[in-house]
Amino acid sequence: MVPSKPNVHKQTVAPLPLSQLQGVASPLSPIKLAPFTQWIKNGTPWIWFNAGAVAICLLMVLGLLGLIAVKGAAHFWPKAIISLVYEVPGKDSQSLLGEVQAKETISRKRLEESGVNVDDHPQEFFQRWQLKVGNRDVTGLDFIWVVDEFTQQKQYPENAVLIERREWGNFYGFIEQIIQDGKPLEMAESEFFKQLQPLLVRANQLQKKIHKIEVGQMGAINYQLEQLRLKSKRLQLEHRQTPQALAEIAQQQQQLEKQYLLLHDQLALLAAQAERDQVKVKTVSGNSKTLSLAKVVAIYQPNTFSLWQKIHFYAAKLVELVSEQPREANTEGGIFPAIFGTVVMVLLMSILVTPFGVITAVYLHEYAKQGLITRIVRISVNNLAGVPSIVYGVFGLGFFVYFLGGSIDQLFYPEASPAPVFGTPGLLWASLTLALLTVPVVIVSTEEGLSRIPKSLREGSLALGATQFETLCRVVLPMASSAMMTGLILAIARAAGEVAPLMLVGVVKLAPSLPVDFNAPFIHLDRKLMHLGFHIYDVGFQSPNVEAARPLVYATAFLLVSIIAVLNLSAVILRNRLREKYKNLEN
Amino acid sequence: MNQAVVFQDDASRLTERPKLVISQRRKTVRKVQDHLARCLIHVGGITVILAVTLIFAYLIYEVVPLFKKPTLTLVQTFALQNKAINEQSQVPFSLLTDERTQVAVIMGRQGRVQFWQLQPSPLLMSTQDFTAQQVAADPDKDRRFAFYAAGKLSIIEIEFKNHYDSGAVLQVKPQINKPYGEAVLAFADAKTQLQSLTFRDTATDVWAVGRVDAHELIVQSWKKQTSPFGGQVSLRADKQFTLLPSLASTQNILLSGDARWLYVISQTQGMEVFDLKSNPVQLYAKVEFGSGRITASQFLLGGFSLILGNDQGQIQQWMPVRDDSNHYRFSKVREFSLGHQAITEVRPEYRRKGFMAADLTGSVGYFNTTAEVELFKQPLHAGPIELLALTPRGDQLWLLDGEKVRGYKIDNEHPEVSWKSLWSKIWYEGYDHAQYLWQSSASSNDFEPKFSLMPLAFGTLKASFYTMLLAMPLALCGAIFTAYFMAPALRTKVKPAIELMAALPTVILGFLAGLWLAPLVEQQLPGIVLMLVATPIIILLSAYLYTRLPAGWRHHIPDGWQPLLLMPSIIGAVVMSMSLSDPMQVLFFDGDMRKWLTQSLGIGFDQRNSLVVAFAMGFATIPVIFSIAEDAIFAVPKHLSYGSLALGATSWQTLVRVVLPTASPGIFSAVMIGFGRAVGETMIVLMATGNTPIMDMNIFEGFRTLAANIAVEMPETEVNSSHFRVLFLAALVLLSFTFVVNTTAELVRQRLREKYGSL
Repeated sequence: MVPSKPNVHKQTVAPLPLSQLQGVASPLSPIKLAPFTQWIKNGTPWIWFNAGAVAICLLMVLGLLGLIAVKGAAHFWPKAIISLVYEVPGKDSQSLLGEVQAKETISRKRLEESGVNVDDHPQEFFQRWQLKVGNRDVTGLDFIWVVDEFTQQKQYPENAVLIERREWGNFYGFIEQIIQDGKPLEMAESEFFKQLQPLLVRANQLQKKIHKIEVGQMGAINYQLEQLRLKSKRLQLEHRQTPQALAEIAQQQQQLEKQYLLLHDQLALLAAQAERDQVKVKTVSGNSKTLSLAKVVAIYQPNTFSLWQKIHFYAAKLVELVSEQPREANTEGGIFPAIFGTVVMVLLMSILVTPFGVITAVYLHEYAKQGLITRIVRISVNNLAGVPSIVYGVFGLGFFVYFLGGSIDQLFYPEASPAPVFGTPGLLWASLTLALLTVPVVIVSTEEGLSRIPKSLREGSLALGATQFETLCRVVLPMASSAMMTGLILAIARAAGEVAPLMLVGVVKLAPSLPVDFNAPFIHLDRKLMHLGFHIYDVGFQSPNVEAARPLVYATAFLLVSIIAVLNLSAVILRNRLREKYKNLEN
Repeated sequence: MNQAVVFQDDASRLTERPKLVISQRRKTVRKVQDHLARCLIHVGGITVILAVTLIFAYLIYEVVPLFKKPTLTLVQTFALQNKAINEQSQVPFSLLTDERTQVAVIMGRQGRVQFWQLQPSPLLMSTQDFTAQQVAADPDKDRRFAFYAAGKLSIIEIEFKNHYDSGAVLQVKPQINKPYGEAVLAFADAKTQLQSLTFRDTATDVWAVGRVDAHELIVQSWKKQTSPFGGQVSLRADKQFTLLPSLASTQNILLSGDARWLYVISQTQGMEVFDLKSNPVQLYAKVEFGSGRITASQFLLGGFSLILGNDQGQIQQWMPVRDDSNHYRFSKVREFSLGHQAITEVRPEYRRKGFMAADLTGSVGYFNTTAEVELFKQPLHAGPIELLALTPRGDQLWLLDGEKVRGYKIDNEHPEVSWKSLWSKIWYEGYDHAQYLWQSSASSNDFEPKFSLMPLAFGTLKASFYTMLLAMPLALCGAIFTAYFMAPALRTKVKPAIELMAALPTVILGFLAGLWLAPLVEQQLPGIVLMLVATPIIILLSAYLYTRLPAGWRHHIPDGWQPLLLMPSIIGAVVMSMSLSDPMQVLFFDGDMRKWLTQSLGIGFDQRNSLVVAFAMGFATIPVIFSIAEDAIFAVPKHLSYGSLALGATSWQTLVRVVLPTASPGIFSAVMIGFGRAVGETMIVLMATGNTPIMDMNIFEGFRTLAANIAVEMPETEVNSSHFRVLFLAALVLLSFTFVVNTTAELVRQRLREKYGSL
């Protein structure tokens, strides 16, 4: 219908003849062997250099993705428990039990520097293994480096168990006894593991119940009590303290407190029940220890795993990762609150960013006369895109949190003072800051989509008597919807990976409660939240036990990268489809 | 297809309702609707400009108070009444107020203490008389006083008790405590008359120095002992000795905050410094002050620096400076000038390194030593001012000028920050020369904050420099090949793949750089260095070997697929370098290159260093530069290159002489934007460097950037404090920098687009 646009023309036709011409134009015909100097002279090495740069860039991307995938995905595969005797010359021998975490080659010199006597061994390089020996409460160390040369009696005992605990990390050792109500149960040693499983299921169910009461029901009561306290304070501030209202509040309070006490008793009962079963275990060096099953998450015998069991274990671990609460200062357990927080924040951000971004793009492409103002707007968009994200964080903290939030608190929540409601970092401000940060992405993408819609369509609509607004709503925007979608997806991908500004405006290490729950008004815009990206930073760099937490960080990183890669690829595909569609339209 | 549907839709709607007549009302509604939408969209579009402006405006709004000059407003005046402090026998000695400026205490030299209520109106609350021949105040705990009379010392403390009365109004009740019990301390023999008394109450001891005459000092210390029951602290006499300074006309005797240095300051002959920690105590140094007669002297907060005022209106800061051989010398650090009259009084601030000074003519100046600024200078009285007092919060100034006591409100939030303290070398307390330092907080109260943005700006530029060094060649070369030489089929895959790099969260890049790459680089340093050198060589070698391949083979490979051919060579180069790393380490570097660097070459090595950051930030900047540069090169009109090729130029010549010059503005803007990205990057530098604010170009050492500094310190700073505002200033610096870079880049691109349009 319309003569094709020059940029489309360029894309489809131009490069082909160029690459054909290349051979012809070059005086260096590829048929004859060229002398070296001429090869240099006509610039071919430079072309290869450039090709090398592309290859390096590609390898960097692929290598990084591969590294994260391997490290992240390998984390949950069960590892065998090795038992060995480690005897460094000149030191006492010690028995060790654990998983091999890493292997590396180390030079003689470094080994000597670390205080190991290697005089009896002539070689220049040694193999070194990192063993995860767990039992932090007994030995104080989670990891030990052992030099392969000095290990003896390596074996994989079938009855070695790995106990995942709620506190103190993993335990590696052997089961000695199962104790119920303080009395040991009589059974053969080979039965221990089998007999433990139903007891463990029971203990975990009790734990679940306890958690539900503690966090769910008691949490709700506490929330309601807090609301009542604020209500009465508000009445006081507004001088509307009628005895009737006060009595009502007091009555409600009493009722809630009664419920609370009831739950408290229930909790004590459950806790007592959970303490019924215990397991006596011993470490490889012979220390015995009694663990309450209430403190145990799971018990495995990884050395007996069949392939199918390994796969099952792996899948269960993956499910745990995405659905469970974190334990041990985020270094163990799942990352559910972080995933949930990220999703809620990003959704809220999308609601905020889309209208703003689309309106600006429509303004730039449909309404504005191209002139000084549009140039300034474009410069502004570019600047918004180029401003360092931490600056948004600073701005968000100062303007949104302290200025806007502080004003909101003064106006609407005087009863909460001096505790801030919106005057402190929280979900709303995090989303708003991110919306500001990602608006250029939506603008650029939408504008590109708008520019691909042939002018004739708009003219047709206008010629039929539609107003400009009607043309926009009925013709242009529906056609640009996939471009808007692309922009939104890219914005979401950007937001999901952003961390620096969020550290200042509402993301925390450990949020006490989710930003969405069953207490009215259900979405709590003032709450702090957890975030996948920040989780990586926090666990990887600020946790007390970085070494132990590292695999979990890799897994989290893998998850985050996968989400972002999928989002980006879908944006690319969507965009390409859009291009194809309008190419057809034009012909 | 889609548009066809739309048309059909409209058309069918029209045919279904053939008699549709648009009413006037409906027309108006549509018109209004259209108009409203137009307005809304215009406003929406302009909002983007507003957003940028708002960010700028808000940051500036937070930063401006840093540079505001302090102002002084008179709030209260009252006259001293009968039984006044200023009568003949009671020369005024000290004036101080409580934290909230509700109560003032005026003390006379003979031991009279008067309490004045200041709010709501001045009122004499009570007077208490102690017998004293001399009185001294601890300069840092200036609510503790020592009275000397007839050979005995007694120590008192003034405490202000806060409580709220029934109407929730704050009441401050002053009281006099005896922190060490009722017992008086034997100090000298009963007949000794002291010329002056100096008193210092440290964490473990109490010191007193009495001057019998110009050449004899009595020094005594008491150890603090806490009784196991009740926590009452008592004093036990510890050291006692006599010092014999040789200087005449002593102006003042001062004892440093750690009770180590005893300064005997003479009016005209400089000063003598005794080291009380040495045994036996002896003269440590003798210092000349230069011209002028010293008329006032006092410590700054912390009891480390001396502030000396002379009769020519000059005020100097002196402090002990330790040299490499652990010997102290006493140096003049800086000098201020109040006027030309003798300085009569110097009064340090309670919580900051600043002081007030008054001279004979009643001029009062307010100075900050860290920032080296004179905050204000104002005549407040026609005659000499006897006493100056700063409130603990530093928000009011009180002075006594013979008859009257006057209170001024000082609006002075951020005296420690000046243009100079942010961007120039400053000689801080405890350092031996002026330098750039960033150290924003410490645990002690008398800490001197060091807000020099230079190390941070330097770190930012260092990070960007090394990043660009690595990223720019890769990204630009890659863009050239992709846009100009690459086969179209490959290009549609390569471009999104490299652009995917930009989408990788920087927190993951930082995490990998810090926890995976940094230890790897540390262990395999020779391999990494070899890799940087070997890869280009192997690329060239493979390229040349390619020409040696049989022609038949080469013909099967279409042009523009070279990157794929090179991939195995590059992987080979990397693998080779890494596997040679350990042998090289043993052969050339004595088994440990890191150690070799430090010991043989004297090059420091941090595990998290600039090299690691450059690698990681490459991932963040390469795609940005690549994408924009590739677009710019690709958009060069094809007839230009065809013309050149037709004239017989090789494709490389065409590229260098025709395509690149035409696309150069676009390439320039690509580099600018990449640079802007590197400057503002936060998470990578936060995680992949040690964040030490040092100024050193060494690639194997770390740094701290402006952005990372904000991320580290912002969550922990107190709102509206100087530190908070300086962090906002850092953000503003970052913003302005990227604003300039991005605006330039965008302007260049807009011009380029116009130019292409005309071609």
